[in-house]
Amino acid sequence: MKGKKINSNTLLLLITIALFFVMYIAGCVVYANKGFTHLQTFLNVLINNAGLLCVACGMTCVMLTGGIDISVGSLIAMDCMFLAVGMERWGMSAPLLCLLVLVIGLVFGAVQGFCIGYLEIQPFIVTMAGMFFARGMTAVISTDQVSISSNQFFVNLANMKFQIPFGAYTNSKGVLQIPFVRITVLIALVVLVVVFLMLRYTKFGRSLYAVGGNEQSATMMGLDVKRTKLKAYMLSSFLCSIGGICYCLNTMSGSVQQALGLEMDAISSAVIGGTLLTGGVGNVIGSFFGVLINGTISTLVKTNGKLLSSWSNIAVAALLCFFIVLQSIFAKIKESKK
Amino acid sequence: MDNNVVLTMRGITMTFPGVKALDGVDFTLRKGEIHALMGENGAGKSTLIKCLTGINAFEAGEIHVDGINGPVVNHSTLDAQKKGISTVYQEVNLCPNLSVAENLFIGREPKTKLGTIDWKAMVKRSEQIMKDLDMNIDVTQNLEEYSLALQQMIAIARAVDMDCKVLILDEPTSSLDDHEVEKLFKLMNQLKDKGVGIIFVTHFLEQVYAVCDRITVLRNGQLVGEYPIADLPRVKLVAAMMGKDFDDLAAIKSEESPTFTDADLLIDAKGLSHKGTIKPFDLQIHKGEVVGLTGLLGSGRSELARVIYGADKNQTGTLKVKGTEAKIGAPIDAMNLGMGLLPDDRKAEGIIGDLSVRENIILALQAKRGIFKLLPMKEQIELADKYIEMLQIKTASRETLIKQLSGGNQQKVILARWLATDPDFLILDEPTRGIDVGTKTEIQKLVLKLAKEGKGLIFISSEIEEMLRTCTKMAVLRDGQKVGEITESLTQETVMKAIAGGGANE
Repeated sequence: MKGKKINSNTLLLLITIALFFVMYIAGCVVYANKGFTHLQTFLNVLINNAGLLCVACGMTCVMLTGGIDISVGSLIAMDCMFLAVGMERWGMSAPLLCLLVLVIGLVFGAVQGFCIGYLEIQPFIVTMAGMFFARGMTAVISTDQVSISSNQFFVNLANMKFQIPFGAYTNSKGVLQIPFVRITVLIALVVLVVVFLMLRYTKFGRSLYAVGGNEQSATMMGLDVKRTKLKAYMLSSFLCSIGGICYCLNTMSGSVQQALGLEMDAISSAVIGGTLLTGGVGNVIGSFFGVLINGTISTLVKTNGKLLSSWSNIAVAALLCFFIVLQSIFAKIKESKK
Repeated sequence: MDNNVVLTMRGITMTFPGVKALDGVDFTLRKGEIHALMGENGAGKSTLIKCLTGINAFEAGEIHVDGINGPVVNHSTLDAQKKGISTVYQEVNLCPNLSVAENLFIGREPKTKLGTIDWKAMVKRSEQIMKDLDMNIDVTQNLEEYSLALQQMIAIARAVDMDCKVLILDEPTSSLDDHEVEKLFKLMNQLKDKGVGIIFVTHFLEQVYAVCDRITVLRNGQLVGEYPIADLPRVKLVAAMMGKDFDDLAAIKSEESPTFTDADLLIDAKGLSHKGTIKPFDLQIHKGEVVGLTGLLGSGRSELARVIYGADKNQTGTLKVKGTEAKIGAPIDAMNLGMGLLPDDRKAEGIIGDLSVRENIILALQAKRGIFKLLPMKEQIELADKYIEMLQIKTASRETLIKQLSGGNQQKVILARWLATDPDFLILDEPTRGIDVGTKTEIQKLVLKLAKEGKGLIFISSEIEEMLRTCTKMAVLRDGQKVGEITESLTQETVMKAIAGGGANE
């Protein structure tokens, strides 16, 4: 044996990362004249998907246990609506509302996690109920589209620019453009790093893997499986609420139709990033690249300008197929080696 | 408590609804001994282990563990582990997606000052553990990269590292090959030298004699006895497990065995095998012949039958049916060749509880015809009535749901199902288990009648007398291998000697 063996899961992650770079570089080559090469294009991908990244981190944790959380899209809609109505109609302060949103997320996740962990109900069913509940609740709060404009604190927060000291360029009108990110990107990156460290260096993080690897074994080895699941769903809803705040900072509005199907984007990001639906295998770094790939695809389609935006769905579908087939081929190879 | 004793169980009693699973069982384990717990399925081995490890609650009795004052009652396996009782099961209870080091330490990881997992320390300590057990493997690799045997040993290593005094190995060798078993035995002996008391549950007799110091035999939930290994030769062990006092058995002479010609050859299996369950075997079955498959439970009796029937696909060998080579990919092929299989687990594989007696009877015939050639209702009713009458199935009506019938009658319905397909060759796996004596005799008579009609049969039963009454030839299995055939002088004595195998002549 020479050196360290790369196991198939690491290989999948590397393929994902490589694919992202290939895709991005291809975009740069093809759409060089449309500004794709500017750093800001990449940063915009991050800005547009900061919320999704938070959600994908939570989704990855849940999927590691072998579960799924499809309530996240609706929960984001509910969060945004709550924030918007809270600020515009009830005149509440933004920090308090954000705090409330996080608490709501924790409680929401605790209820779902309790049903899944302790009552042993299928995660799909429980979070589907959560999905309907949150979407319904959004409409109960308000059926209108509510824009946030009066809360100065929140508006300022959303407009804050964090400039990056390199990659500046002068645009066609001769104005110097300094690349920047929004606060949402910083939030999302902190979430990413924290979750990454948590998965690697805490007992809870490793328990998530153990539960997804073999639930019975995990019990036998003395881990509290039920508690682990409860915490996983709480974490998912909590991160989703952070994502909801980011999402709201991006859109500055609340509406019933917001973040429709976002849960599927999160799941597809995780899967493209190498997380197995069966649990036990995956990593938030993978999910990060999954989000980037998702974002890059839609940016590519937008940059093209002539393509129907639905082409990005088709591209994601093709990628998903590719990765799932790859995963199962690897699994088959592994099996045949035994 | 005796200084040398790590575990005593006294008068353990537990009942499942209607059955006394354990009836005042005593068990003693000493330091540094490998103690075999033997008994046929249903003897209470697993139940006893489960009482010890806290999976089952026992009703009466006491457990004492060395170093703990007062009687011990465990409420979970975790509880038991904390008291130094660890179990390693046949199915490896580790996480394949985690590294070896993590599997050794999960739930009790070494921590850094910040309270995070100290991977370096974990890897280092894991390497030490593995080295101590003479296993030089990369502990940072995922568990799934290693063979089942190694995984098994890693599970043991985890158990031992958790300061266990009592190590229970529940059928650990079932999925290992000979070489791997040897490695495991080496490890067991090492642990024994370190003073760990090992309870070894297995159905492989050879292995018991290879490593164990002492044997405790259970039968029907009762303690038969505890013996030093030297005092219990194989034949006596088998007799103790089966509940026949070997010396007292009066030899029952069977009738002259009829002779068969090649023209009557119905099934001719050469070198058939299925990986992991049954080693290559040859078997010939003629028209009008009843072949008994005998051996201890788990010796591969059902598995052999399943391979012939194609329920488990054979990896090697050829099967000729009525002289022509047959390719059996799935049970439907076997059915079309005129075979039938009455499985031993009728709940799981046989009856379909929510269908009526009639529907259960015509099931196999309908499957054979294909779903598009529906059997006319009139014919269905005729068939059902015919077999209800013939086998005297006690049912309220032919439309009663089969799950409402008693076990014996369910068994008859399944038998009727296969008879309805008019097979040339029928495999009956434990057709008389759990049914009353009267029905047993009826089924035995029926077997003989079918043979007389020129059908070939395989008859599997745990009751040797029953086989002696019905079979013209017995194939003996041991540890997944066919070890012999008895055609002449079929008696309790010859059969039991053959089952016990080598070293049986004390």
